[in-house]
Amino acid sequence: MIKDFERFAPKTLKEALVLLAKYGDDCKVICGGQSLLILMRQGLVSPKYIVDIKGISELSYIKDGKDGVKIGATTTHRAIEKSPVIKKKYPVLAEMETRLASIQTRNWGTIGGNVCHGDPAGDPVPVLMALNATLTVAGAKGTRSMPVDKFCLDYFEVDLRDGELLTEITIPAPLPRTGTVYTKFNVIESDLATVSVAASVTLGAGDGVCQDVRIALGAVAPTAIRARKAEKVLKGKKITDALLKEAGEVAATETEPISDIYASEEYRLELVKVLVPRMTKEALARAKKA
Amino acid sequence: MKKELKLKVNGQPYELFVKPKTLLVEVLRDLVGLTGTKRGCSSSSCGACTVMLNGMSVKSCSVLALQANGAEVVTVEGLAKGNELSPLQRAFLDHGSYQCGFCTPGMLMSTTALLTENPKPTKLEIKEGIDGNICRCTGYNSIVRAVTAVVKGEYKEAK
Repeated sequence: MIKDFERFAPKTLKEALVLLAKYGDDCKVICGGQSLLILMRQGLVSPKYIVDIKGISELSYIKDGKDGVKIGATTTHRAIEKSPVIKKKYPVLAEMETRLASIQTRNWGTIGGNVCHGDPAGDPVPVLMALNATLTVAGAKGTRSMPVDKFCLDYFEVDLRDGELLTEITIPAPLPRTGTVYTKFNVIESDLATVSVAASVTLGAGDGVCQDVRIALGAVAPTAIRARKAEKVLKGKKITDALLKEAGEVAATETEPISDIYASEEYRLELVKVLVPRMTKEALARAKKA
Repeated sequence: MKKELKLKVNGQPYELFVKPKTLLVEVLRDLVGLTGTKRGCSSSSCGACTVMLNGMSVKSCSVLALQANGAEVVTVEGLAKGNELSPLQRAFLDHGSYQCGFCTPGMLMSTTALLTENPKPTKLEIKEGIDGNICRCTGYNSIVRAVTAVVKGEYKEAK
């Protein structure tokens, strides 16, 4: 049973920040509530106050510009999935969304809520890492921005300090000759990931050398992580199958997976070794076509 | 403390007073008295509680009722026009797209939402459209057949 709480429904970001500053640790932010309500029903979270930001329309937008795309925190998953500009310029984001939970959940749930939930098996964060996204949070003292990997601190814990709210996700425009892909391994298509992998490869002009690469993994550590050592294996080189295999093995050493009902620790390690080379190779193929 | 909730359900306006923790499914079943919407898993998994909220399918067990303030909700009871069932409802009957019937309201709402958005879905798109709904009997194939029949124009909209 959900415990009683008092709910505030601010209509502007300013009002929300005042409420968050006032109620501090006693309050939780809800938007679509597709993650939080489940925790509340299980009694894992019982906030005294709820600041409901679903009605803050100024935070619901997809703005595309020369430098990249800006997505407001209360934008629904479904709006991202169906956005023509996202489908055209950041197809991996739309592809990720189609595999996130169900249509009903995507219609009401928001990208900001998912990111702030801090579930290491969540779909958006690895993709945002591969796309080199930046998050902007606002608080009583002003705003600050950070790369998405700095935002994820621990299991269900993100870098939101007293009274702060995630407001915007910024994704830089992809460099030429860049390909980005995402997949998750799971038993039922719309389930959370057993292991997820996002990879982005940028090739140099004409030489086919891997100029830049980002590999992000989900559900194999307390947060989604960048496999930076695996990236180093590939960066500055011409990617071969042997190098990809090595990158997969190195990536596995960067993880600390747990065993649960979906998979054992050992099985997750094997998945990393298989999926990292496979997805990086796919990203490479996309980069060649881009 | 209860708060005022104004919403339309199947075109009918309601003014209710609910606690902040009240879920949309509880309002529909317990206050409005429309029990067609089922409460299955209460954890966003099964889809039996699917309704349309401002034209979008949502799981009403996972929406705070007060978030539906001012909204238009359509439940399975709102699909028929008078005594005439909707094309999907008739197709479900003809194709035996239910056994125990518990998932049926949710399946009807998801497939209605699908056809509103995409009147000519492929077989794969129909399957994706009911991805958030679980039938444990299990009658997925007959549901897909019923939707396909509606897509082919075998069932006309009630006048």
